[in-house]
Amino acid sequence: MTSYALFLGCTIPARQPHYELSARKALPKLGIELVDLEGMTCCAPPPLQSIDLETSVAIAAQNICLAEEADLNIVTLCTGCFESLAMANNMLKENKQLKERVNKILSCAGKEFKGTKEVRHYLQAIKHDVGLDRLKKSMTKDLTHLQVASFSGCHALRPSKLLRFDDPERPQLFDSLIEALGPKSIRYRNKLKCCGGLLRGYADDVALAIARDKIVNTKKAGADGIITLCPFCFLTLDLGQVLMKSSYKEEYNMPVLHYTELLSLGLGIDPKELALDFHKIRLDKILGKIA
Amino acid sequence: MEHEKEEKNGAFSKKIKHQLGGETITACYQCGTCASSCPVAKTTERFNPREVIKQSLLGEKQEILSSEAIWLCCSCYNCQERCPQKVEIADVIYALRNIAIKEGHIPNIYSEFAAGLMSEGRIVPMSKFVEKKRADYGLPPLKPTGLEAVRKILSCTGFDKLWHKKEEAP
Repeated sequence: MTSYALFLGCTIPARQPHYELSARKALPKLGIELVDLEGMTCCAPPPLQSIDLETSVAIAAQNICLAEEADLNIVTLCTGCFESLAMANNMLKENKQLKERVNKILSCAGKEFKGTKEVRHYLQAIKHDVGLDRLKKSMTKDLTHLQVASFSGCHALRPSKLLRFDDPERPQLFDSLIEALGPKSIRYRNKLKCCGGLLRGYADDVALAIARDKIVNTKKAGADGIITLCPFCFLTLDLGQVLMKSSYKEEYNMPVLHYTELLSLGLGIDPKELALDFHKIRLDKILGKIA
Repeated sequence: MEHEKEEKNGAFSKKIKHQLGGETITACYQCGTCASSCPVAKTTERFNPREVIKQSLLGEKQEILSSEAIWLCCSCYNCQERCPQKVEIADVIYALRNIAIKEGHIPNIYSEFAAGLMSEGRIVPMSKFVEKKRADYGLPPLKPTGLEAVRKILSCTGFDKLWHKKEEAP
């Protein structure tokens, strides 16, 4: 059993309990224990970095300080949280002057960033602590009839200099972890291109047009569904299809699932326990192909 | 014209370079790799990262700070990965946004995020509906957020005053 401080962030508990639920059910089955710490806050993602980057790094660091005090590495579900926290952690470990300035800010809240812990995305934890072989052997359902389109979202991969998750132009980790569960991870046009999610709320028309490209390309490639890691990608692509129906009069019915949901289905967890009613696009097409 | 003065002294580029994230702006040689890697520029003419950097280097301070363009970057970092000059373009755009906000240009949606952070320590508010659903599905109650720590940090850096400037960017 490897223990991590679970960083839940804001969007998952408030809007996507199906993501949290599948993660809390599946990860401990693989030997990853999730510990909830008191005092965690927002990770200070791009919208706050846009207001003030240095303050945002301090807010991210406050969360990392809690994990340092508990002597645990952090694991995140949300890719956005992963980016904010991993970026801050590595910036502070590598930039002494920034660390001094941020520690001065943190001292107002009685905290000090020491730089003793790692921030991991849960895919890294699965690869590192479980491994592909054990992951494969844990499967009790046959998912091999599925072909899916993986979409990691931007902030798992980039900025690669600070995140060090995978090769930003030819990533393999996510696809290998999907194929270990049984499905084929297919190629499709513009696979690594953004979903446009961060423009929602400021330029909805542009955001929806970018998301449409992703849905059209995965559909053309014959995907049974899109597998996501990030709650914003999920929202942009799942709810996005409802908006595409009203804005463009186009209907795609492309299921979108988080990786932990696919994992839970493969581990034999009853779909009724997974709060799948939080999906706008029904998953029948996926569920029907699982034996 | 104010921007001509700024251009002469390179004062605006210097200001950006001194802002966290803006350090690499002057290495740009305008090759356009960023624009051809940009999903937003492919979709709309309202944004082009190469133009944003060019205008900034030319010292067109007021035009760029009050523009819609700096808010249309989707922060995907494609440009930054591919820039042959290692200009950290997405981070430069954060620096420009940070400066714009200090000068009073803050889009409404950003004020809303900041307000959420100040009042709950999270930028997406919890709803009664989801709280009930969480309990029904057996999810544990959420631990209290470190709201007090966040407020102290925000007050220490002056962030808590920044977002009150509501004059909106176009």
